[in-house]
Amino acid sequence: MTTATLSRPRANPLTAGRLPRWAPWALLVTSMAVSAILFALVMLSEKSDELNLFGILLVGAVLYAVLIFTFAWLAEGHRRAVDRLMTTLITSAFILALFPLVSLLWTVIAGGLARMDSEFFSYSMRNVTGEGGGAVHAILGTLQITGLATLISVPVGLFTAIYLVEYGRGWLARAITFFIDVMTGIPSIVAGLFAFALFAMFFGPGVRMGFGGAVALSVLMIPVVVRSSEEMLKLVPNELREASFALGVPKWLTISKVVIPTAIAGITTGVMISISRVIGETAPLLIIAGFTTSMNYNMFNGPVMTLPVFVYNSYANPGTDVGAYLDRAWAGALTLILIVMLLNLGARIIARVFSPKLSR
Amino acid sequence: MSDTSVQDTGQDSLRDTPRSAETPPQDHQPRTQEPPTTTGTPRRPLRRLGDLLYSGTSRTAGILILVTLAAVAIFLVAQSIPALTVDPAELKGAPTSFWVYVAPLAFGTVWAAALALLFALPVAIGIALFISHYAPRKLAQGLGYVIDLLAAVPSVVFGLWGIKVLAPGVQPVYAWLTENMGWFPLFSGQASGTGRTILTVAIVLAVMILPIITALCREVFLQTPRLHEEAALALGATRWEMVRVAVLPFGRAGIVSASMLGLGRALGETMAVAMVLSPATVISFALLTSSNPTTIAANIALNFPEAFGVNVNALIATGLVLFVITLLVNSVARIIVNRRKAFSGANS
Repeated sequence: MTTATLSRPRANPLTAGRLPRWAPWALLVTSMAVSAILFALVMLSEKSDELNLFGILLVGAVLYAVLIFTFAWLAEGHRRAVDRLMTTLITSAFILALFPLVSLLWTVIAGGLARMDSEFFSYSMRNVTGEGGGAVHAILGTLQITGLATLISVPVGLFTAIYLVEYGRGWLARAITFFIDVMTGIPSIVAGLFAFALFAMFFGPGVRMGFGGAVALSVLMIPVVVRSSEEMLKLVPNELREASFALGVPKWLTISKVVIPTAIAGITTGVMISISRVIGETAPLLIIAGFTTSMNYNMFNGPVMTLPVFVYNSYANPGTDVGAYLDRAWAGALTLILIVMLLNLGARIIARVFSPKLSR
Repeated sequence: MSDTSVQDTGQDSLRDTPRSAETPPQDHQPRTQEPPTTTGTPRRPLRRLGDLLYSGTSRTAGILILVTLAAVAIFLVAQSIPALTVDPAELKGAPTSFWVYVAPLAFGTVWAAALALLFALPVAIGIALFISHYAPRKLAQGLGYVIDLLAAVPSVVFGLWGIKVLAPGVQPVYAWLTENMGWFPLFSGQASGTGRTILTVAIVLAVMILPIITALCREVFLQTPRLHEEAALALGATRWEMVRVAVLPFGRAGIVSASMLGLGRALGETMAVAMVLSPATVISFALLTSSNPTTIAANIALNFPEAFGVNVNALIATGLVLFVITLLVNSVARIIVNRRKAFSGANS
């Protein structure tokens, strides 16, 4: 009896009326191959020597979607066909998003490596009109302005978060919460205009200074710091606070010795993410910090160059030697991306390694 | 809570003398001294210098934020007024009034951002669903980081990429579209030779707002109650039907707010637009021609470094218009979210 059932291969009623497991993969390979052949033929007929990878994948994906839908409709019925179609669409949405990412990283790395040399990190652009020169003035300016912005934003943001979580009740806390939401939505260029309007009142029109850039960045940074710190402080279990109070520890000591140390990893992560958010801002710095080709250590006098503005300016105002300026722009872009990614990575590592293990 | 520290100002003389000076031992002193004081009157909360400092500093920080925001509004308005009162002939391009100057810019801002949202939203929902419900569990978090990488790219770099890679890449497609689909109003006109059109800008903006919409949608989709999903599957739903009846209705408010936040981001985006678009002062829906409406933010960034006199005020006034537009979009998002929250079942 058992041998009889085993010897019959298509007896499983659960898999009847379904496409075999290999069918989607086979269809995928087929449609990609057909698409590649199509494009190769077009390429031969038009005598162009560049194979359009994006086009191949796009046409192949459309072909696959049509094929899998038709086959599933015939073999499995309407509902499963729709399911397979949606799976295809959702997966291809993800792959579609990878294209700009890969293309962008590829171009930036390919373009930037040409000038990632020691000269780029040790020279400014003073008296440089052609090849050579570097971005050290811009890197320094970025670090100065972002550092100053962090110095302003972190205390204000952290204490606001403490107020909202530990002290805030009533209309003031509600108003602050609401207006932080509003502040999150301020476009970066408006923050730059605000800093300009503020400093123009005191220093006259046409003011350019690094400190103004730091103020503009703080306007953008504070709400991010508040939001992330608030989330982290809320995650601290109330039992910890109550235990501390029960031991007779005053509230301010409870906050500074119990609550903040518990949340410090998350807060640091939030601060680093917020730094990486503002370090790439161009528009406000273009307006208030201006641009220059020289080093400027003084944050309160004269324009300060920053890395994003350096990239923009190298592209927008190339001198006679356009290629050299473009190379510097790409190298600046690569440096900027590297800084931002290091910050993000560091934030992730800190969050993972140092966060307290809450049993939730 | 903060009120309690303000109420008992009468006790100041009692508190001020020895305790505020000493630091660590003071924590023990009150406990030992208290029993006698609680006999007659109800016990008052102690006020320590540290507590006062802490609550005071933190409240000041909060108020400082309100003051900053008020200052943003006041300074922008103050610097805008000259542009509204001055003879419009002095403005750049000599328009008949300031509003004629700002109208095409406002149109371009909204138009580009709306297009960007149109492209980004379906893709973002797809990615979020892929990460939350389709990808293998072990891969999902890593894939989320990959999308977050897009958020780490500064906007100048997007601008550089848009102008050097994307615009030349899509130009042949634009040429083909205007030739063969020119009857469709959006594709009418002569295709731009550089590809630096508003459609390219919208694609770049879509890529830029993709990570933020994806991240928010993913959070919401992951919060779908497991029981809802399992109930749908138990009734024989396919995976897509489960998503359609359980995940998407649950996440609707989240999707709306995420897309509004993305829209707000796209409205204010400056550098990518300023670099990629070849601007003109027109109100036109044509996507592929070389005369495109520019955006407020890009206009400010391009003209500010060389602007002087009342033109600076005019640019600040356009910035104020942008601020108001983004404020409206964000408020609408918040109202929708708050209203939906009551019905979404998110609390249950």
